[in-house]
Amino acid sequence: MKILTTVKRVTDPNMKIKINADATGVVTDGVEYQMNSFDEYGVEEAIVLKENHGGEVVVVSVGPSAATKELRTAMAMGADRAILVETDEKLDSDAVARVLAEVIRKEEPDIVVMGKQAVDSDRNQAGQLLAAYLDWPQATFAFSLEVADGWATVGREVDGGTSTKRVKLPAVVTADLRLNEPRYASLPGIMKAKRKPLDTMTPDDLGVDVAPKVKVLKYEAPEERAAGEIVEDLDALIGKLRDEARVL
Amino acid sequence: MSIIDASLTEAQKILQETARRFAREEILPHSHEWEEAGEFPRELYEKAGSIGLLGVGFPEELGGVGGGALEILMSIEGLMEGMTTGVTVGLGSHQIALPPVVEFGSDPLRRRIVDEVLRGEKIAALAITEPGAGSDVAGITTRATRRDDGSYRINGAKTFITSGVRADYLTVLTRTSDDKHGGLTFFVVERDREGLSISKPLKKTGWWSSDTAELGFDDVVVPEENRLGAEGTGFLALMKNFQLERLALAGYGYTTAALALRLARENVEERRAFGRPLKGFQVLRHRLADMATKTLAARVLTFEVARAIDRGESCFEEVAMAKNLTAETAVAVTYDAVQIFGGAGYMRETVVERLSRDARLLPIGGGTQEIMKEIISRQMGLV
Ligand SMILES: Cc1cc2nc3c(=O)[nH]c(=O)nc-3n(C[C@H](O)[C@H](O)[C@H](O)COP(=O)(O)OP(=O)(O)OC[C@H]3O[C@@H](n4cnc5c(N)ncnc54)[C@H](O)[C@@H]3O)c2cc1C
Repeated sequence: MKILTTVKRVTDPNMKIKINADATGVVTDGVEYQMNSFDEYGVEEAIVLKENHGGEVVVVSVGPSAATKELRTAMAMGADRAILVETDEKLDSDAVARVLAEVIRKEEPDIVVMGKQAVDSDRNQAGQLLAAYLDWPQATFAFSLEVADGWATVGREVDGGTSTKRVKLPAVVTADLRLNEPRYASLPGIMKAKRKPLDTMTPDDLGVDVAPKVKVLKYEAPEERAAGEIVEDLDALIGKLRDEARVL
Repeated sequence: MSIIDASLTEAQKILQETARRFAREEILPHSHEWEEAGEFPRELYEKAGSIGLLGVGFPEELGGVGGGALEILMSIEGLMEGMTTGVTVGLGSHQIALPPVVEFGSDPLRRRIVDEVLRGEKIAALAITEPGAGSDVAGITTRATRRDDGSYRINGAKTFITSGVRADYLTVLTRTSDDKHGGLTFFVVERDREGLSISKPLKKTGWWSSDTAELGFDDVVVPEENRLGAEGTGFLALMKNFQLERLALAGYGYTTAALALRLARENVEERRAFGRPLKGFQVLRHRLADMATKTLAARVLTFEVARAIDRGESCFEEVAMAKNLTAETAVAVTYDAVQIFGGAGYMRETVVERLSRDARLLPIGGGTQEIMKEIISRQMGLV
């Protein structure tokens, strides 16, 4: 089985980010980068699929040359080889999906497992767009995944609960947080990853025009929320809801 | 993070990230609880061992993952994101206890214990300091006497031993003859040897989650196999060991400063007084600028020393310089961070409070500030 997974290089979500002076983005000075957290679940699931079914895990990133670090991290976790589609442009989700679609047409994997969204832009679009461009079935927000006889059975997190969906392979599956527990890039794994193959290409090589369709006008910090409060008992809660929140 | 990060290799950065992720997931959520309890769960050694974190700096043949001084710094930088020096040094006690075993130990002994410790199944500690001799290492009086059958009988006492309460293997410096420097010899003593007594954890200013013990040796008998190298090689082994021990302490120093700086910086942006955020006061901005400058200088020197060690250069006095600069920086920067937090900085819930207590050990442990200056001034030809 050939499994393709994707990783995005994002700013460390544990650091406090600040919007730059002209509101066109965030301050990147002194910021550390790492693999998108949701992609860790995607990579883990891809490796588990390989462990159970045999085959190969190919990991793809679309981003700057420095994203080789995130690709090597995925290979240190257990992916077999990597492809970097190198670009310094800020791509919108649609461009990312079209680039990935071209890579996938070449690679012809049996399944694509990717994070449901990136923790930097939180757009939650690339997986869905990718499935549409490939004209493949999709199952998003997976918390469980079983593959057998050319079909994937996917447990999905949906509004108000969960649902199960069966899709015929090849398909695109996007990972949610309960799907698995991503393993660490172990130290022996890091040493091995140095010797695994990493191919580099550009959107041009793939014939994809990455000019953005979405224009970002400006960045704004969300309004600050007042801290929550823990109340003694139900009576106190009702009192607060009536007198302070005025919702009763 | 800063200008020197660009010079790291991809593998070094990933190593640091693995350690950081481990710290954020496995240490940070429990750090307050473990600090207050004065210990962290033994399972943490196994968790760290299972991903190779304990094997950094040890040869692959013995179960390690390779890497040198710079890799050790990367693992320390990552682990310190757990915000407790106690857990970091507790997990790292084998980093000072095992090198003499690896370098001077007999083959059967190495095979028996190194791999187990690097997997996190067993804990190792280094026992040099005695109630009557710390800085004056060659003044130790713990005696190992050779018996007719080739085994040794050990008598004496050790104190302030990191991980000593829980250690399964102790790397113990003893005196095998009266020759001041030439009469020192290391032995490995297993925890279950008869005659070995281990105290309750000593109560300390900082490093709370790391256990520290006093050890008593009353006719403890160990086989010849447990001797590290020939009799009299202890002083040489000790000097070699100090190099990486002090480098690691330098690592704790600048990372402690960096964490305090980060927290203080967040505080001046969030906390308000007299109608503006604290950063609106130039005196506090300048204080942060000084903290940042000192922290970077400490890290840069430590990196350069690590690189020199990895190139195989002897740099005993530069290591001493790095140890002093980082220790002084950690003490000064954590002091300033507490000041910037005001009353909250004096409260046990606040991380800078812990960092400031933890920092205080750095000019004392692993060779005091004064002893480092002795080494440096001797190298300068002043003695
Ligand atoms: C938390 C903690 C953990 C430790 N972990 C370990 C461990 O795992 N293993 C281990 O073996 N030891 C350990 N130690 C011991 C530590 O290395 C010693 O405390 C340290 O080397 C100082 O020795 P001392 O305490 O005997 O002080 P002393 O040697 O008695 O020094 C007292 C003072 O005199 C000064 N002084 C001494 N000689 C000179 C001189 N020639 N010139 C100028 N000033 C001098 C010293 O700098 C110091 O200020 C630990 C200590 C602590 C507190």
